[in-house]
Amino acid sequence: MRILTAYVIGVIFGIGISISGMANPAKVLNFFDVAGTWDPSLIFVMGGALLVTFFGYRLVLPRPAPVFDSAFQLPTGKLLDGKLIGGSIVFGIGWGIAGFCPGGALPALGTGVPEVFMFVAAVIAGIFTARVVSKRLS
Amino acid sequence: METAFTPLQSLGGGALIGVASVLLMLTLGRIMGSTGILTGFFFPSSAADWRWRAAVLAGMVSGPLVILVFAGHMPAVDVTVSTPMLLIGGFIVGIGVTFGSGCTSGHGVCGMARLSPRSIAATATFMVSTFITVYVVRHVLGM
Repeated sequence: MRILTAYVIGVIFGIGISISGMANPAKVLNFFDVAGTWDPSLIFVMGGALLVTFFGYRLVLPRPAPVFDSAFQLPTGKLLDGKLIGGSIVFGIGWGIAGFCPGGALPALGTGVPEVFMFVAAVIAGIFTARVVSKRLS
Repeated sequence: METAFTPLQSLGGGALIGVASVLLMLTLGRIMGSTGILTGFFFPSSAADWRWRAAVLAGMVSGPLVILVFAGHMPAVDVTVSTPMLLIGGFIVGIGVTFGSGCTSGHGVCGMARLSPRSIAATATFMVSTFITVYVVRHVLGM
């Protein structure tokens, strides 16, 4: 039941990403291209997602526990450190170059477009590299 | 290339992203962050941890197929950049989201909805960084 639920939630997310335009890098890049072929659609994606999640979390998080687990797993870090900010700057550079973010690209794999597979493979290579580097640094 | 302004689809799609985020918290108690789910798929803390991540990822990939069944066509994926840019961009994204502990879904939606200071800072940072990058790539380098 837990696994079926997870699958259905993934499907809902994938449909949402597909309808919203986040799976389409041309649309994503145009959102940021105010000086060129601007398409403000993505502000509506963010708005719709935030509105639902903001109020939904307020209904869910006061509960003692989630349905299939003993506790909510929430990030506890509070520190605004260089790693967070530096990592976010780097992520933005990659997003701006390719036009895909992970949340847009993973559902887009389902379209079978070869470029999506190349992008996701490169993201995975980046994640593995960053983990190796991160371990060496600490 | 120009893309059509789609406020209603984007709002509706965004609301579904929100529904998925709320449901994952309600049922499994987890943040609907693509970076976190993908990373944990490769580095799970247990077999049970791997299974739910694999199920969410399989569901995500099924999304466009549901669209195909109901709308009769796949959602548009128009790649406007060259393959080297796609690969370099992807590699940079992988590094950035690992050090930054999240991406648009984890920080931008779930973290912002929790009013997490880290997520608000991260989201503001990568939005500005992406904006500058797109400006430089398109209008300075002319790529």
